[in-house]
Amino acid sequence: MSTTVIPEEQAAPEIERQTMEVDIACAGFGPAMGGFLTALARVLSENAGDPAFESRAMPGMPLQVLCYERADDIAAGVSGVVTRGRAIRASFPELNPAEIPMAAEVKRERVLYLLDPVGASRRSLALRMADAALRMARVQDHAFELPWTPEFLNKHEGLILSIGQFNQWVGSQLMAGGQVQIWPGTPVSGPLMNGRAVEGLRLADQGVDKAGAPADGFMAGMDLRAQLTVVGDGPVGAVGQALDRALGLPAGHARREWALGMKFVIELPEGTELEPGTVWHTFGYPEPEIFGFLYVHPERLVSVGIFVPSWMGDPSRTAYRYLQHYIQHPALWKVLKDGTLRSWGAKSLEESGKHGEPFLSGDGFARIGEGSGSTNMLTGSGVDEAWATGTQLAEAVVELLRAGRGFTEENLKATYEARRRASWVERGAEEARNARNGFHDGMVKGMVGMALAGLTGGRFSLGAHIPPAYRQIRHQRPRLAARDAAELALADGRPLHDALMTARGWPEIPFDGRLLVTHQDALLLGGKVQAMPGFADHVVFLHPELCIACEDKTCVAMCSGQAITWGEEGVPAFEREKCVHCGACLWNCGQSPDGEHANIEFRAGAGGLHSAEN
Amino acid sequence: MSYPLHIVVCAGIVPDPLQTLEPVTTPAGPGLKNEMVLPAVLDPWAASALYEAADLAAKNPGSKVWLVSLGPKAKLQQVMMTVAQKVAFELVPIDGPIGGFPDAHSTAAVLAETIAALPGLDRGKLLLFGGWESATRGAGVTLQLVGERLGIADQFQGVDQIDLHEDGSFEVLERVEGGKHQVSVCAGAPAVLGWATGSLAEPRNNPQVGMANMRTIMPALQKAKAAKLDANGLRYVSVSLPKQQRETRVVKDRSPDEIARELAEWIGEEN
Repeated sequence: MSTTVIPEEQAAPEIERQTMEVDIACAGFGPAMGGFLTALARVLSENAGDPAFESRAMPGMPLQVLCYERADDIAAGVSGVVTRGRAIRASFPELNPAEIPMAAEVKRERVLYLLDPVGASRRSLALRMADAALRMARVQDHAFELPWTPEFLNKHEGLILSIGQFNQWVGSQLMAGGQVQIWPGTPVSGPLMNGRAVEGLRLADQGVDKAGAPADGFMAGMDLRAQLTVVGDGPVGAVGQALDRALGLPAGHARREWALGMKFVIELPEGTELEPGTVWHTFGYPEPEIFGFLYVHPERLVSVGIFVPSWMGDPSRTAYRYLQHYIQHPALWKVLKDGTLRSWGAKSLEESGKHGEPFLSGDGFARIGEGSGSTNMLTGSGVDEAWATGTQLAEAVVELLRAGRGFTEENLKATYEARRRASWVERGAEEARNARNGFHDGMVKGMVGMALAGLTGGRFSLGAHIPPAYRQIRHQRPRLAARDAAELALADGRPLHDALMTARGWPEIPFDGRLLVTHQDALLLGGKVQAMPGFADHVVFLHPELCIACEDKTCVAMCSGQAITWGEEGVPAFEREKCVHCGACLWNCGQSPDGEHANIEFRAGAGGLHSAEN
Repeated sequence: MSYPLHIVVCAGIVPDPLQTLEPVTTPAGPGLKNEMVLPAVLDPWAASALYEAADLAAKNPGSKVWLVSLGPKAKLQQVMMTVAQKVAFELVPIDGPIGGFPDAHSTAAVLAETIAALPGLDRGKLLLFGGWESATRGAGVTLQLVGERLGIADQFQGVDQIDLHEDGSFEVLERVEGGKHQVSVCAGAPAVLGWATGSLAEPRNNPQVGMANMRTIMPALQKAKAAKLDANGLRYVSVSLPKQQRETRVVKDRSPDEIARELAEWIGEEN
């Protein structure tokens, strides 16, 4: 008898559900699933008559491979990336970046240390001294360019991609082939489990109220029963999280390091000197802990953004305002100032690497991509690794099908995990394992630790005790207490983060309606934030008393879409119609009911930010 | 008692109207900036027609719904992965170079020719559905022109409701000025109905409906015939798009009445 691992508050298990038998059920369509389905579909296409690939679920039919994606369109991926693209090029040896909208080959890389031209950045004494020395050396535009790009950061001959466009390009080819099916607009609420085995997926209930109770037009989510369930729904995906809750993580592993990536896509002015393929990596501003990037796409489009990490202990992790200050840094502003904002996006990155790696496979399931801990935090690379894990799983699946062996834990370990462990993905992950340890003690120590690990191939690194994400938020009382700032924000009718930043000395943003626009306006630029009616709230505050006791309310400050706001009686309010599904609330909660996890659950939900230019 | 119908829905795909749409001049005439980059959706007006068609077909067993759509095959395929989960239909794709602002006459000619050639289509049961307008392009006349070419005289536009009678006649509510409806009774098929929004909610995504549709959609897409739209020497004087009006200000120390008054004035300026 199977049981499901879905949040108890959703529809009761006794509800009658439709069931569909398939061979391989997949959750989430991103680069990892793109790699998996591309490699698998290619083999299925080339061996159409091979009985090894006949469906067991539907005898006489080819293998039934179905992938379900939450977003309403497979082009709704929110990320602009630079990647070495080794695995992608291995899948597409003849790849011509010109075939993929917004793709460019990397031509030039710079690493810039940005000084603080404003004076509001929280810099240590050591950093202020270094800044003073650089100013005496008369650096231009308050930026010091490293004389070389460290090899571990180097993406030369790699690719600049819009993940939305790349997903669309991959997905179109897959769907045209007809060997696999990708169904967007269909969130998966969790895995169907029998003990520690996975027997398929359950789709989210539709026609329910905010709490998940059946309402008008109720349609119970269907159960998909499958021999193999492929989990590629990312670090905040409902299926991956449910598996982590049910199975735990391997001994010594924990998911404690995160970052929010937030970026603008800007159309550069005519006559810009920035050439497609240009990559800037920056650090030092707007806060020492915040890294930044600028990637130049074809047709005068540029992705420019920042990463706000969990180890930035301050509770006012106000990414949107920080991003606005970032693009106004003189080194960036001189190339961006006459540009036009076209779109905006945000996404959580799971940065624990090997420390957060879950069980990669088990009876009936395998995990790929970012949610499987594949992102390399030394090189800052995730797409290439994710794609590679997908292709490794596809090779393993083909091997098992040809051998007539089942998708058991033992067989998947011997095929998928063995391939992954023997690959460059694993070697890179080992090198990166402790590369970011120093950052928990400050930016300078962090850079030293990163350089140490990067330049020695991970043989040397700094030690660290990394606390759970909720404890990384420092419950300190700055000059202006968080509560005072929040009251100021309420009284002033402005978002909390604005009040906090202003209180700390950051200048007001000179809105121009073109490049510097309000957060609310940005939500409507170049796309839409959408939530199909009839789904339950996917952000849930578990224990109200903990929220009431929480003074920082980092969840409100960090919410990328301003979907979480101050609610009545101290419990934040959530509007799913404004949620961009960045998942930041999951790791920006300062309260924990169990000493490890947040007091917020991020469940399966439809919609999100649908912007093609991300 | 039911009355089996053959409902043909003409539904184009358009760039998602909520994306940033900028008219530009291309070598092929007026177009939209980065159009191939933009995600496509079933034209929202036509989508209403499709849902109404499916509802009408479900209430009249023995009915059948065709969805005729002209567009680049790859984009059609992508849109169908969402639409196909909602209601049952048979797709009739036409692989066309649609983009920008195509000529309604050429489009109507291709659609009418395709519909006339549908195997098994009974003209005596034919209701031709579509949107009465387009969200992002179109002159609002394509459906009428298709009807003319098929020789269908009974045409209704801005339809919000159809009530089918047992004898095959039906009552139609068409939008007219002043927020009212005009009530008409038609003797029966064939007829053209250009839908406004109808009254049905967007159907839930049903994976089983999707799987059933996909058995016919994928082969149909693979066999989709290519169509070339002839501009007939058409010269475009101007094109425009519905604009998203947005003007944000942070206002303090104003009463709700004052804000409401200003909003009313602002809305009035648009008229």
